[in-house]
Order: sequence, then C-alpha cells, then structure tokens
Amino acid sequence: MVEVTTATKTLGTRSHEDGRPARRPRMRRTARARAQARFRWVVVSLVMLFFLIPIVSMALFSFRFPLSGKWTLSAWKDVADLAALAASDPSTYGPLWDGLLNSLVLVVLTVAIMLFLLTPTMIWVRLRVKPLSRLLEFICLLPLTIPAIVLVVGLAPVYRIVSTVLSTATIWLCFVYVVLVLPYAYRALDAGLGAIDLRTLSEAARSLGAGWGRIMFRIVFPNIRGAVVSASFISVALVLGEFTVAELLARQNLQTGIFLVSQSSGQLAVAMSLAALLFAFLLLLVLSLVTGRSRRRGWKGI
Amino acid sequence: MTASIQAQGRSAISWRDTLRRATPALGTGPFFAYTLIFLLIPTAIVVIGAFQDNSGRFSLSNIAALGTGPVLDSFMQSLVLSAVTAVIGGVVGSVLAYAVATAGPDTATRRVVTSASSVLAQFGGVMLAFAFIATVGSNGIVTQALHTVAGVQTTGSWLYTVPGLILVYSYFQIPLMVIIFLPAVDGIRPEWREASESLGGSTWAYWRHVAGPILAVPFAGSLLLLFANAFAAYATAAALITQSNPLVPLQISGAITNEVNVTGGGVAKALALGMVVVVAIVMGAYAILQRRAARWLK
Repeated sequence: MVEVTTATKTLGTRSHEDGRPARRPRMRRTARARAQARFRWVVVSLVMLFFLIPIVSMALFSFRFPLSGKWTLSAWKDVADLAALAASDPSTYGPLWDGLLNSLVLVVLTVAIMLFLLTPTMIWVRLRVKPLSRLLEFICLLPLTIPAIVLVVGLAPVYRIVSTVLSTATIWLCFVYVVLVLPYAYRALDAGLGAIDLRTLSEAARSLGAGWGRIMFRIVFPNIRGAVVSASFISVALVLGEFTVAELLARQNLQTGIFLVSQSSGQLAVAMSLAALLFAFLLLLVLSLVTGRSRRRGWKGI
Repeated sequence: MTASIQAQGRSAISWRDTLRRATPALGTGPFFAYTLIFLLIPTAIVVIGAFQDNSGRFSLSNIAALGTGPVLDSFMQSLVLSAVTAVIGGVVGSVLAYAVATAGPDTATRRVVTSASSVLAQFGGVMLAFAFIATVGSNGIVTQALHTVAGVQTTGSWLYTVPGLILVYSYFQIPLMVIIFLPAVDGIRPEWREASESLGGSTWAYWRHVAGPILAVPFAGSLLLLFANAFAAYATAAALITQSNPLVPLQISGAITNEVNVTGGGVAKALALGMVVVVAIVMGAYAILQRRAARWLK
C-alpha cells in the first residue's frame, strides 16, 4: 500500500512538470469526496424510501379501517389478546395462535439441532478427517440448488414415515428446517472457524488432558461465539418466515396462520406480520451488539 | 513358512491401520445420516420419480408433460421474472453498495444500510405480500393517497399479476444484492483511482479500465445468485396469486394438491426436476465465476 502511494506521488509530480492542466491531488480529492457525498445521499435516501414505504404502509394499514378511514387500535389489541381470542373463537384465531406457538418451538428445536449436529461435525472434519471437508461443504451448500418447493415434493414420503414413527405434529418440521438453514449456518460457522487457530487450540487442550467433548463445548464454542450467534440468527429469521414447506405438508406455523387469518381479518394479518418483522429487526440489533462487543474485546486482547 | 506368517502379520497390521485411520470418519456419521434422510433421499425421490409412472415403471410421460402449453408458459414467465428482477436488483443494489462503500467502513450510513439489507433480504413470503397489499392494493395507503391527492383511481389489481411480482420481488432482491456485492466493492482501493488520475485518466477511463473489469466478474456472479433466488421463491407468489399458476413453483403446488392418488405426483416431480436443472446450471456458472473472482479480491 505504501509503495502504491509513493508511486502515485512521483507520477503525479511528473505529470505536473509535463505541464498537464491537472489539478492538485488534494483539491481533486476534496472535490470528489463532496461529489461522492452528494451521490451517496441521493442514492441512499431514494432506496431507503423504497424500503420504508411498504413498512410504513403496513403500520398505517394496521391502525386504520380501510373503508371508513377511522383510526383504530383494534388490530393491535387482537395481537395482544391472541391467546384469549383463540380460546373463545378457535375457528378464526386458532390457526394463528397455534401457528405462533409452533413456530416458536420450531425456532428452538431448529437452532438446537443445527448447532449440535453441524458445529461438532465441522470441527471434527477440520481436525481429524480433512479429506471429507469437500463432501461436507458440498452437502451443506446443496440446499441452495434445491429450492424448498422441490424438497417438499420429495419430502412427502419421508414425512409420511415421520408421522407414523413420531406424530403428525408441526414441530417435527424442525428436521427439514435444519436442512433449509444448512447453507447459511455452514457459511457463518466456516468463517468463524477459519478465523481461529483451531489446531493449536485443540492440541494445547489435549496436551493438558482435555477430551474431545471438552474441546468442542468449552474451548472452541466460546471462541466462535460470534459465528454461532449469527448462524442462530439467520436460522431464527428463516424459521419464523417459512411458509412453503409448512403449507404444502399441511402443517400450521406462524406464516400459514397469518395467511389463513388474512381471509377473515386483513388488519390483524398485517399487524402480525409487522410484529414479526420488528422482532427480526430487534434480534439483529441484539446480534450486532453481541458480536460487536466480542470483536472489540478481541482487539484489546491483541 | 515364516514368510507367509510375516505376510499375514503385515496384512493384519495394515488392515488394522486402515481401520484406525477410518475410525475418525465415523464421527461424521450422525451428520451424514441426517442429511441422507432429509436432503439426499427427498432429492433422489424427485429425480427418480420424475421418470416413473404410477405403478413405478420407467416412463417418460411425466417429462413429456413438461412440453404442454401451460407448463412451458410457466417456465417462460418464471425465467423472465427471475431475469428482470435479477437485473433490477443487481443494478440498484450495486449502486447502493457503491454509495455505501464510499461512506467509509464504520459510519452510521453503512451500519443502517447493511443491517436493514440483511433483514429485508430475508423478508419474503406472506408478510411481504401483505406489505405490498397494504401499500398498493385496492385499499392500500399509496393507492388511497394517489386517489385523494392526485385524483388517480387504481384498483391495484396489477399487483396480483407477474408485473406486480417484479415490484414485490425487487424488495428482497435489492437488499440481497447489497449484502453479496458489498465485499467486492470494498475490495476496490482508493489508491487505484488516484493512480489512474495521476496518469491522466478521467472518471470514465477509471471505470472503463480499472474498477469496471475488476467488478464485472463478481457483478455477474451476484446476478446469477439473484436469478436463482427469484426462481426458487414460492411463498410471495403463492400469497399474492391464488387464481392461476403462472410460475413454475405455483405449477408444482398445483400439481401436488391436484393429484389425489398417493403413489402419483409424477408430474410434480418432473416439474421439480426441471427447476433443479435450471437452478443447478445457474449455480454451476456462479461457482465458476466465484473461483475467478476470488483471484482478484484477495
């Protein structure tokens, strides 16, 4: 980098001696910075406007009767009282409430299976079975090539077996959701594991007498906490937004519930969607705080 | 005799040696067993089932069903929708990514845009459909504002057609582009621009000969990823379009729900196989481009 700047300087002076009508570099730089700031302001505000209008519209829509134009809190009251509404009127609100509960259980199960299945395998392959790393990567990224709608077609027979062995309950969708989050979780964890000196850590731990379980959960896990958090976040976001598999396998989750309730109450459906979106935003905020803090601590450590 | 004993001993040792070397691989057993059941077997069911008739014999009749009018139309519409939204998302997203990159690494602009993008890129499906119904649907906020302010009366019925889907898909394609293209833009060094200017290069010359060629490969790769993303999307279209099946994913769901017999589903499998082929070609091209791009952005 230093070499480039010195080269720039010498070249700059030479062109100036040649008598080219070039402005001085510093002036050019400030002029460009000003032009870039203007350009940035225009582009960012225009696109942010496009991002914001539908969200603001959702918020307004949820507070306003579409025909009379009167303002109301009824949709948000329904969101807050969903449990009571589902108990008193199960045919209308039941699917939404059950779907919400199912989705929350699915989030926990999916993240748990993903972390306990994928992370130890990735660590193990990196440390002990290097030849399998290409195969592992291929399988983890395969769901990117197989859309959920395609997977559903092949999953119907598999879930017929799951239904007889376990039950037809929605929560067993966690098995296929783990597959759907696999590429994103793999990438996050792969980046995390690549950033630490896994071999030295594990060899140091083993020479001090630690077993493999201890190495994975007490030594490697805390060191890749940021990657684990971001893999979990993407899984939460994906599971809360999942519709395709649940609908086509005739299960009830949050999204199928929202879809059903939209036919009787559009406002409630919109309010519920907005609540889910805000929840995702909040999660991301927490995530950026957690990872931001750990990174800062890492720098101080160096 | 001693030689044979020795040979026996050696073979036993080497056999034990192989076993010892293979044992660590057993640790990956649970993972591969899991993905076998929930990823590889379903895929195999689709691929094999596409070439079977209802009684399980080999048949090309399901594949032949792909040649019928409505199916061909749906493939065509899906390809056009994916291509158009990939280009819109790619162009707008890359301009936004460049604008954000000029702001510097740790500024508020960048943090807001990147976190908004990472949430909105995941914001597909039913919720997105409702967001646009609330915006430009028949009772949408923008529709009503247009009516009261400008006196323009629209029914918003265009939202439920393929052109409407272009607008809706752009809503997750643009943020996705920002996320995947930003690292490439970050790879551009300000020094290169200064070097180009001190050699007398104009802004156009800089983009034409320096930044353009470097960004071209990751840009094309990102477009392919966006294409695959739109092509695979189902939930958004399903929530908006309920009357007809203009896209391949909608055709698949229609085929699943129409086929009453349990052993059937051959047409759905053939359609699914068609989708996999398209996405696999796109992702294969992406992998090749990615390898080329990695050479530049180290």
